[in-house]
Amino acid sequence: MRGGPRLLFIHAFLAAWAIVMVFPFVWMLSTSVKPATEIIQFPPPLLPHVPTFANYMRAFQAAPFGRFLVNSLIVTFVSTMVVLVTSSMAGYVFGKYRFPGRTVIFLILLATAILPLETYMVPLYLTMRDWRWINTYQGLLAPYLMMSFGVFIMRQYFQSTFPDDLMDAARIDGASEWRIFTHVAVPTALSAMAAVGIFAAIQAWTAFIWPLIIASTQNMYTTEVGLAVFQKRYTADYGAITAGAIVSILPVTAIFLFFRRYITQGIAFTGFR
Amino acid sequence: MGHAAALMRVSRALMARYAFCYLMLALPTALFVVFRIIPIARTLQLSTLNWDLISPAKPFVGLGNFRELLLDPNFQLALSNTTIFAAVTVTASVVLALLVALPLARGVRLEGLYQLLYFLPFVAPTVPEAVAWKWICDTRYGVLNYLLSLVGLGPVSWLTEPRATLWAVIIMSVWKTLGYNMILFIVGLRAIPAEYTEAALIDGAAGWRHFRSITLPLLMPTVLLITVISTIAAYNVFTQVYVLASDIQGSPAGLVRVLIYDIFENAFRFYRMGYASAEATVFFVIVLGLTLIQFRVLRSQTE
Repeated sequence: MRGGPRLLFIHAFLAAWAIVMVFPFVWMLSTSVKPATEIIQFPPPLLPHVPTFANYMRAFQAAPFGRFLVNSLIVTFVSTMVVLVTSSMAGYVFGKYRFPGRTVIFLILLATAILPLETYMVPLYLTMRDWRWINTYQGLLAPYLMMSFGVFIMRQYFQSTFPDDLMDAARIDGASEWRIFTHVAVPTALSAMAAVGIFAAIQAWTAFIWPLIIASTQNMYTTEVGLAVFQKRYTADYGAITAGAIVSILPVTAIFLFFRRYITQGIAFTGFR
Repeated sequence: MGHAAALMRVSRALMARYAFCYLMLALPTALFVVFRIIPIARTLQLSTLNWDLISPAKPFVGLGNFRELLLDPNFQLALSNTTIFAAVTVTASVVLALLVALPLARGVRLEGLYQLLYFLPFVAPTVPEAVAWKWICDTRYGVLNYLLSLVGLGPVSWLTEPRATLWAVIIMSVWKTLGYNMILFIVGLRAIPAEYTEAALIDGAAGWRHFRSITLPLLMPTVLLITVISTIAAYNVFTQVYVLASDIQGSPAGLVRVLIYDIFENAFRFYRMGYASAEATVFFVIVLGLTLIQFRVLRSQTE
């Protein structure tokens, strides 16, 4: 690469874009600690002169953000755990065994992955209604208990990385197939499972239209739904709304910062979104 | 005799292994069937019924719902808005992602940091992001209009004038999806064998000419793939519309009507379950069509 002005230009370009990309986050953070008078100051100051946490107090007084967060945590945790169990069980069998119907079942599970929830949310809602799952945690969780992408990742892992010799050795030792799965296969698959788990967690936490349909009272709102409803009701109090936004954005962003290697690798691997 | 017994033992072991496989698949398959496959089939079935969620009668109307959709101004508006949104967002996001991916794929200093910052909007939840953008786009106090005023433009009513609101949604969506496309481009660029670049250098091709004549043709399958994936996602737009275009008399997205919003409204505000399912079926067909194109691209890529 030829250095000098050309390289300088590239860096200036990348840095300028970086500022554009980060600005909304910085602005959100800054607005959330600005006193009301500075929020509507024009031209808008980048940073608050007198930082305050009053916006956060008002947000938590106006809406039960604590409850929203707990709901999101419950949904995200259970969804992630169940997705990990279902993905590793299915992925292991698809990757390591031959049995009648294998290809057909695999194709059925994967082929439906292309259809977003929005195509079938109406009948799924009707099922939830018949089962009296509206406004319950089961209802919030129903579409987030399995993930085609997770099955696919785990199958790839077991097929290409987990050696048959280990399974045969365990069989000679008299281990049952189930025991081989839980005690030999799963412990080697932790990093693949981490990737699946992170995607499942992000998917469950950021879900919007489904919890919007299913949660009918405030005490069942997830953070996303709570924030969306709250920002509509309190349009005038921008400080409090932004404080709520910060509260809702932090957990996922933290997960992302800790595990981003898995995420970018996962995307590069499958083109998942 | 001994041979037969051995065969029996082998086949019993095989049966036990099959049983293990089916048991392992029972839970995942059941979840897929109940929560995804049956609802997909029922969408198609419901689309032929006329049902208001309450009345016991669900008269069969054949293609009636689809015929009504064709003449429905709300649906026409939703379809055209969504298509404009998808076309502009995808084009801008793909071009910009390629621009940043080019230097990043070759490796520059702070590469990891840049990737992280560009990618952050994609993984962070959309509702709080849209809340931030709503404030940025505020007509009176927003930063966007402030910046425009510095160059003597505006003020633009980003969130109250329908055309402008569509643009606000587009700008935010480009910002959100750029990082995802960037990752895929970096992978695609790094997969181009080094010989091509070396050969080009020997031939004296550099810069724009090198990009036009060598990099871009080799990258074309990736470009097409990303375009299709992004277009499917763009047709699915809902959350940012719900938040950004929602303040007029509490009617969400009264300003920018998109496909998913129209389905959402027909189903869960007007309780027209059959009609909404017909609309979902149209969406289904759009996604399916785009996916077929994607498979075509993937196949030509591997050949």
